[in-house]
Amino acid sequence: MSDVHDDSLPAVPEEPLQNPGLPAHTWRPTDVDPKAEQRAERQVAALFTMSMLSAVLFVVAYFAIGPDDTFAGFGAMNLALGMTLTLTLLGIGVGLIQWARKLMGDHEIVEMRHPARSPDEDREVTLTGLSTGTEESGIARRPLIRNTLLGSLGVLGVPLTVPLWDLATGSKDVDQLYHTLWGATDDGSGPKMRIARDTIGTPIQAGDLEIGDLVNCVPHGFYDPERYGLRPGDVEGHNLQVEKSKAALILLRMEPGDIKPAKGRENWDINGIVAYSKICTHVGCPISLNERTTHHLLCPCHQSTFDLADAGHVIFGPAGRPLPQLQLEVDDEGYLVAAGDFEEPVGPSFWERDYVER
Amino acid sequence: MRLLNRSAGRLSRHRRGPLAGLVVLLIGLLLTGGLYASFAPAQAGKADSNEELIQEGRELFLVSCAFCHGQSGEGLLTQKGDQFGPPLTDVGAAAVDFQVGTGRMPLQQPGAQAPRKKVVFNEEETAALAAYVASLGTGPAIPEEVDYDLDTYLDSEGLEGEERAEAREASIVRGGQIFLSNCTACHNFEGSGGAMPRGGQAPKIRGVDSKHIYEAMLTGPQSMDTFSNGNLPPDAKRDVIAYLNELDEQPAYGGWGSGGLGPVVEGLWAWLIGIGLLVGFAVWIASHSTRTTKEPSKGVDA
Repeated sequence: MSDVHDDSLPAVPEEPLQNPGLPAHTWRPTDVDPKAEQRAERQVAALFTMSMLSAVLFVVAYFAIGPDDTFAGFGAMNLALGMTLTLTLLGIGVGLIQWARKLMGDHEIVEMRHPARSPDEDREVTLTGLSTGTEESGIARRPLIRNTLLGSLGVLGVPLTVPLWDLATGSKDVDQLYHTLWGATDDGSGPKMRIARDTIGTPIQAGDLEIGDLVNCVPHGFYDPERYGLRPGDVEGHNLQVEKSKAALILLRMEPGDIKPAKGRENWDINGIVAYSKICTHVGCPISLNERTTHHLLCPCHQSTFDLADAGHVIFGPAGRPLPQLQLEVDDEGYLVAAGDFEEPVGPSFWERDYVER
Repeated sequence: MRLLNRSAGRLSRHRRGPLAGLVVLLIGLLLTGGLYASFAPAQAGKADSNEELIQEGRELFLVSCAFCHGQSGEGLLTQKGDQFGPPLTDVGAAAVDFQVGTGRMPLQQPGAQAPRKKVVFNEEETAALAAYVASLGTGPAIPEEVDYDLDTYLDSEGLEGEERAEAREASIVRGGQIFLSNCTACHNFEGSGGAMPRGGQAPKIRGVDSKHIYEAMLTGPQSMDTFSNGNLPPDAKRDVIAYLNELDEQPAYGGWGSGGLGPVVEGLWAWLIGIGLLVGFAVWIASHSTRTTKEPSKGVDA
């Protein structure tokens, strides 16, 4: 391979192609035809007028239409306010564009790029200003002030970062994630917690349910706290939300022969009635999207699917653990009660949690 | 014999007559019609006693249902052992009234879902089928109007005026709360229905007959869980139905709900109608601006 260049050729020329310049200006119909020009002018004015009228109609609608009035099955007030405000804004916007496009001057302008570096005079002025500032503030001559300023700015970061401590170490009260209201009387402070119908509030007897029934349940303590030695404040307001988010329960009655219990949980059901936490073990959505024929419970958030006939195992989706099961018993009046608390924390994983393999 | 021969001969003389074809045709039609009427499956007419109703239902059942559900409603299995048609021995009259009354049964074709479609049987026939299936075993009966209609119930309680309005409102509010905790998971927060696994769907339950909603809760059609009276008491069911009916009466304050399916559908309309409108104006503005070869007559600044 030869590597010989023909040095006789000139270097790259300044302008390899001659600059053709801008094409000749052509005219729009509105530039040459007075009729077209007038029509465009009228259109722009009409759009602005429509905007004004709509704004007035907006005010009229605001006062004239009552909040309960309806129009074709819609709330008349919302409909009228929305439509008039839409036309008001649309009229201004479309009018401006039409004006610019049809009537304003449209001759071409060339503006050459300029170098990014500032002119030397500007640089000189800036540098002078900076050194004057340094000199007059005396930051170089007064190290005490300079160092204390740097110190104060540095320490400013401390109050901003220290509150993150909680995030790193977790709440000291992690213990509450292990307990739900089902175990409120595990220490013998009251009768075992009955299982109640959500929002209806009545406790459920084992004989109430038929095969195929699904009940969305909460602890009976929500509706009768005194019976379980709870203070009413424990199941009100914020506390109610916290307890409900942990204790929500799905009760399902199926053919007893369909149940494939987990090891050591053979007697956790009552006549085919099983109870599982309603809180998905993936990110904690409440789930009750159940198919009676397959006993598959689907979480609508990320499609995790649990087989409630097979110990709540995950058969599809991102959930990592089976749904926690609650052991059922019947009290002496025939009501379904929780034998105790869940054996494991309900809901999604957290740092301190151990993985429980079943 | 002679007489017969003579009359046959007399008939035979007319066999090529102009009306002979028509007469033969008429006799044939009458004969087939008569035979069909005497041997065809009975149409449910007015049945006086329950036993007659059951008998009529059984005849209809054998013609329209037995192919999948077995000749005595015992259910059929496929060769692989899967369920072909479930047993109907303990489903009760309410299940039949729902499935047949909403057109879901008879099934058009097997699949993930038995969809709601045109109702095949009239009211008497449905009642006969329900009576027959109810006679096969246990199962819930068809509910009374006072069970599922709030206004009928309030009438039966003899409530009037202010008291009645308050009781009505309380029931609707309670029904809404029960709906939110038990039904929205599958049927959507405003009853618009939703998707279920493996091609199934929880149907839209707005604009459905109150009786059919009650029966669906009671019997759990297809993949739906049952909400028997021990699970959800009858008054709770009535309140849920009252809530759904009240939803239909409410004006759409948020504009058209596009099926209540959420932000994806609403976003689609924002793109189609909102941005579509703007594109329309842009096209209008850009049209009629073809450059011309003419020169302006006077010194135009451009």
